[in-house]
Amino acid sequence: MSDLVLAIETSCDETAAAVVEDARVVRSSVVSSQVDQHARYGGVVPEVASRAHVELLVPVVAEAMVAAGVEGRDLAAVAATTGPGLVGSLLVGVSAAKALSLSWDVPFVAVNHLEAHLYAALLEEPDLEMPMVVLLVSGGHTMLVVMEDHGRYRLLGSTLDDAAGEAFDKVARYLGLGYPGGPAVDHLAVDGDRSAFPYPRALVQENPATLADDRRYAFSFSGLKTAVVNHLRSDPDVPTADVVASFQEAVVDALVAKTRWAIEETGVRAACLGGGVAANSRLRERFVEVCDDAGARAFLPPPAMCTDNAAMVAAAGWWQFRREGPSPLDTGADPNLGLNLIG
Amino acid sequence: MLILAIESASGQVGCAVGGHEGVLASAHSGQGRRHAEALGPQIDFVRRQAGIELTELGAVAVDVGPGLYTGLRVGIVAGVSMAYALGIPVIGVSSLDLLAFPARWTSRLIVSALDARRGELFVAMFRKVPGGIQRVVDPRVCSPADLASELEVTEERSLLVGDGALRYQEMFAGIRGVELAEQGLANPSARALVQLAHARAMREEFVRPWELEPVYLRRPDAEINWATREGGA
Ligand SMILES: [Zn+2]
Repeated sequence: MSDLVLAIETSCDETAAAVVEDARVVRSSVVSSQVDQHARYGGVVPEVASRAHVELLVPVVAEAMVAAGVEGRDLAAVAATTGPGLVGSLLVGVSAAKALSLSWDVPFVAVNHLEAHLYAALLEEPDLEMPMVVLLVSGGHTMLVVMEDHGRYRLLGSTLDDAAGEAFDKVARYLGLGYPGGPAVDHLAVDGDRSAFPYPRALVQENPATLADDRRYAFSFSGLKTAVVNHLRSDPDVPTADVVASFQEAVVDALVAKTRWAIEETGVRAACLGGGVAANSRLRERFVEVCDDAGARAFLPPPAMCTDNAAMVAAAGWWQFRREGPSPLDTGADPNLGLNLIG
Repeated sequence: MLILAIESASGQVGCAVGGHEGVLASAHSGQGRRHAEALGPQIDFVRRQAGIELTELGAVAVDVGPGLYTGLRVGIVAGVSMAYALGIPVIGVSSLDLLAFPARWTSRLIVSALDARRGELFVAMFRKVPGGIQRVVDPRVCSPADLASELEVTEERSLLVGDGALRYQEMFAGIRGVELAEQGLANPSARALVQLAHARAMREEFVRPWELEPVYLRRPDAEINWATREGGA
């Protein structure tokens, strides 16, 4: 039996398709970014994104199939992200995947985008030992999850307000660094002094036990963003590089502090990063340090697998398909889909 | 040539399969069904009812709009994906043509008016010709009031079809020479799509899957706002 999965990802502003073998060998991964189309609006515009997905979908899928050297009927399944994300964008990918599945007479598999991010590290390291701690950080999400096994997740905590990536975007927008903000901040911070300004680290304490249970693994970045903006307002001549380096350090501090507590408290031996912010160079550096310190192996997917892509969707889809079989043909999109949690 | 027709540009979603022998099977869901959920099972259903394999299809036909954006996209992307997967061409037909086609028995001017939301209509006009209909006014967006005053000044007797015409019927009811079609002609139909697409297939009016262009008739709001801001600055 074939173990090839074609996956489609259209939850936000990337139109992506990939063919992955046995959830570990990436035969092809095509990502067509619409960043240029959204940059002038300073963020993703849903209607613009949906229109672009319709235009790009077949060319992107065709390119992934050709690059993988695969015919439709060779596939074990066609997978697509069904949520969370922008509903109009998700519907394009889901409708395409179901149509392909019918045409080639192969099963359809509905994949959760968050779960797909958790699988990005497993693409590189399929034999990662579980349980493991996963820090998922993107423009839409910031959460710390224990992956007990395939399909079994326990949520430790998530953000109470802005996602980490959102904070990067907002600060970058205020500074006129353009959209998306993450790469611009990362780049500029290299030349800055990250200890120049002691911006607040919310919910990070010397002794984590002093925090209430529901706050111990929670994140909050809106106060930090406000502090940075107020600082820039009151002192417009402050060196921008120092500001972004200090801001980035405050975000990374909070993220790695909680990762460390999670490793220590759960006693897991492995931890990995996922989501678009996982491409941030300072976060990658600190994440490895903290894991080494806490005695867990750190797994960092390459940056191209951290940002939205379809290879991670294929990997998650293949594991799910083996566990649960195909998804029904009347599956739609769910913009608010959450991780299927245990406990 | 066997054609699978997908129609999802209005409040309902429909699917039909047929060819020169006419429509072999069709299905349509009622108002309010979600397009993406309904379409997959519908395609499978009409295929079984027609007793065919999808590999026997010679073309896929889709409603290219204008229509409600989300539904429109669901149908188009499903259609072009199937055409790509099966290695067959696509035939795109306007939703307003589909609305007018079943009314081709009338000698009146046929006015297709789909509800475009936001108090507007998608409108086009047609006239009966031997064997079908001919478009005399191209698709556009306008307000019901604009359409009403246009119909008031034209001398010609006309038949209004579509859910947009029904929604604003009180604005058209009093106009001399204007007749309103009944509920049965309120939505573009997948059966009409098979028939119109078959005629085009005979003339080889195909496109390849990646060439099909949706007809939105309106730019995204963000683009309009941006252009206004830039222009006014
Ligand atoms: Zn993502």
